[in-house]
Amino acid sequence: MIRRAPRSLAEHAPILFPALMLVVFFVIPFSLMIAVSVARRVPGGFYEPDLVFANYERFLTAFFGGVLAFSLELAGLVAVLAVGIGFPFTYRLARLPRAAQVRWLVFLLSILSLSEVIIGFAWSTLLSRTAGITNLFVALGLMAEPQSLTPSFGALLAGMVYQAFPYTVLVLYPALARFDPSLVEAARTLGSSPLRAFFTVVVPALRSTIAATLIMAFVFALGSYLLPQLLGRPQHWTLSVLITDQAIYQSNMPFAAAMAVFLVLVSLALVALALLAGRRREEA
Amino acid sequence: MSALVLDGLTKRYGSFVAVHGASLRIPHGRFVCLLGPSGCGKTTLLRMIAGLEEPSGGRLSIDDRDITDTPAHKREFGMVFQSLALFPHLTAGENIAYPLRIRGVPADEQRRRAAELLELVRLPGAADRPVSKLSGGQRQRVAIARALALEPKLFLLDEPLSALDAKLREAMQIELKQLQRRLGITTIVVTHDQREAMTMADLVVVMSQGRIHQAAPPMEVYRRPADAFVADFIGLTNLLDGAVAAPGMATVPGGTLTLPDLPPQGRVLLSIRPEDVLLRPPGEAGSNRLHGTLSFVRDLGASVEFRIDVAGAEIIALARPQDRPAVEPGGAVTVELPASACVVLPPGGERPS
Amino acid sequence: MARKLNAVVAGLIALVLSAPILVVAGVSVNAKRSLDFPPNGFSLAWYAEVFTDAGWRGALVASLVVAAASAALAVAIAFPLAWFIWRWRAPWARAFEMLGMTPFILPPVITALGFLSFWTTFDQYGAPWTVVVSHAVFFVTLPLVTLSMGFAAVDRSYVEAASTMGADDRTVLRTVVMPLVRPYVISGFAFAFVLSLNEYIVAYMVVGFTLETLPIKIFNALRYGYTPTMAAVTVLFVLLTGLVFGLIARFGDLPRLLGAWARHD
Repeated sequence: MIRRAPRSLAEHAPILFPALMLVVFFVIPFSLMIAVSVARRVPGGFYEPDLVFANYERFLTAFFGGVLAFSLELAGLVAVLAVGIGFPFTYRLARLPRAAQVRWLVFLLSILSLSEVIIGFAWSTLLSRTAGITNLFVALGLMAEPQSLTPSFGALLAGMVYQAFPYTVLVLYPALARFDPSLVEAARTLGSSPLRAFFTVVVPALRSTIAATLIMAFVFALGSYLLPQLLGRPQHWTLSVLITDQAIYQSNMPFAAAMAVFLVLVSLALVALALLAGRRREEA
Repeated sequence: MSALVLDGLTKRYGSFVAVHGASLRIPHGRFVCLLGPSGCGKTTLLRMIAGLEEPSGGRLSIDDRDITDTPAHKREFGMVFQSLALFPHLTAGENIAYPLRIRGVPADEQRRRAAELLELVRLPGAADRPVSKLSGGQRQRVAIARALALEPKLFLLDEPLSALDAKLREAMQIELKQLQRRLGITTIVVTHDQREAMTMADLVVVMSQGRIHQAAPPMEVYRRPADAFVADFIGLTNLLDGAVAAPGMATVPGGTLTLPDLPPQGRVLLSIRPEDVLLRPPGEAGSNRLHGTLSFVRDLGASVEFRIDVAGAEIIALARPQDRPAVEPGGAVTVELPASACVVLPPGGERPS
Repeated sequence: MARKLNAVVAGLIALVLSAPILVVAGVSVNAKRSLDFPPNGFSLAWYAEVFTDAGWRGALVASLVVAAASAALAVAIAFPLAWFIWRWRAPWARAFEMLGMTPFILPPVITALGFLSFWTTFDQYGAPWTVVVSHAVFFVTLPLVTLSMGFAAVDRSYVEAASTMGADDRTVLRTVVMPLVRPYVISGFAFAFVLSLNEYIVAYMVVGFTLETLPIKIFNALRYGYTPTMAAVTVLFVLLTGLVFGLIARFGDLPRLLGAWARHD
């Protein structure tokens, strides 16, 4: 079995099915959505094929600018927090003895099964006045009376970081599990404390992994459409919430599609920027 | 009988040429070693023979049948890889029976043959042991047994002993040689260890930088190296620059030598092994003698090494302890380079680094 | 000292991570039909209702069927693609790999919109099989990633050795590669299955009016009729997921499946 370029039709055959499926059921829907974004809205129904840029013009308002800015800031903050907590956590996880590691991994994977709805519901309960943790604080004497901590920016942030956390750990895990422990040991023998070794050896060595994970967490957070509604006030609603709202409740598909296209472009641009910055730093 | 013929086999990777037009004829039943430093192309050549690399040029045939375009799985060669590549999900016996299993050989026949092969490699009864429970030497034997399962026409081994410790290695060299002799199977082994090649091979193929320098039995490679590279790569040798002064005579640093096989004119390179250099009483005249100063003496136990400075060139001589002359570093020494022991080589050319 | 600090931090993180599950579990055992926490009374009636109530049972079955079918389809798409890229030197095939990675990294609402437009255009809006295909393509990234890892883990010298022993491409795939790659097929399937079970927005936009999957039913329950049954379902799902991955861990090498390779593997 020589690894060369495939020649005959028979050799190319296996890729036909996946290629077909991906083109027909991904490329086409996506292109359609772009087409829909320039269509004309038919009131009460869906849309009519057209070439209208009215939808895109609506972006150039302060309102949408604000929503976009907020969405990006929120996603960025969630990414930083998720990776900031997740990286040291995963590092320690990968150093645990095997049995403990497996227990933690199964636990984290089980959390993956919590849908956004449930996470929203659970956190809103946890932070509520009647049933939430503030009751615990009152019992401990840290607060005078129970308060509702939701809906609020903090509640939303907590919920979103919670949602992103298992994914962050799973993405960081391979790199940290394969990390050569002798690098840290060498640093320790040269007089570095464990904490210092972590920041001066581990983090720099895994720069690109951290950057890639930040990007992944960022894009993931951008996609949150339920949590902002469940844990945040209307001023905390992100672009994804608006897109869902327009598509489902306002039946304005073209406008929703336009916002979606815009969001994708902005995400791709930021991802490309981050990758470019990373490459330039590596070349330097 | 089957002869393997390589005709101008070449392998290019982009602009880098790993093997330049290798041509070789290997008669049936020979034990061949492809020998050379790392990066010389020996493994690439072996892989082309096995069908794991596609040649960029040249042809390959066995029994007068061209197999250049035959895929690896149809060549009926057995191969042992450097990493051994024993399937981790199978036991030793299942590994050995693998080639039989995929040909639809019945299960009991598979078991019988696996047991037979395990006997052959002196590992009886190990059939049901998982690979992970075998030692390095045992895995080696299983890999050999597996490669021989189908009684292949050609037995190929890529640095098979490099993962073993020194003592085990020596033992395995002898075992491999005995096995080969018993089965009479044409065998090609890739190695960078010249002692291994000299011990095991009927034919040593010395390679460097993608080219075959010499293909000959071990003693011929040692006594009559084809060029400076071979002379220097195999064992120790003295290389002296010389120029032809008159028919049958060449000037070298420190004097002139009478030599056979000299070209009519021009520069030459002379090779003579240290054990062939004779130490004479200092200042004594005679043919093919050079006078110099002793610069260094080293006692090697079974022999004594002398380094002599002759007009700026260094000559190493090996003498038996009882023949050791009574001279100290800095003293005068005379050496004799017998004509029969000198090999005349083309000047220049590659030296091993 | 450092060890104690580590234990405290670990405990804290474990607590925060499990807090929502505990809340949900607490809600699920309410005696009355309300979402009180801490629970009022204790009753496992809601767990029973998941199976006895036709609406919940139907949604459960629908979700399981859709999850199994779409995970299987996702693997069916990912496997040949991952194999092809590993077997041949074909840089152009990487484009399809990129394509396979994209659905998952896009915000789900966008993918959902895309599928909605697509199915509507072809007049298939609401047909149940459309959610299977949509989920399969949406989640194809997961088996693709695990299978790429799995194939990358196969030592090529095994393949070459099998070749020299007379195995052609198909035989090598069947006897050498598959046994080594099978665990990654299973973990890829498990990931896609679990995520499909809990996926809301794509399912809602594509078949929300004709087929009620559990996440859709839960969301509706949250908005229109409070019942602890949805909490019971969630607890069951978490347990199911824990069971699935626990089994994988028991019979396989979970750390390795998630990418932990020692340097000399």
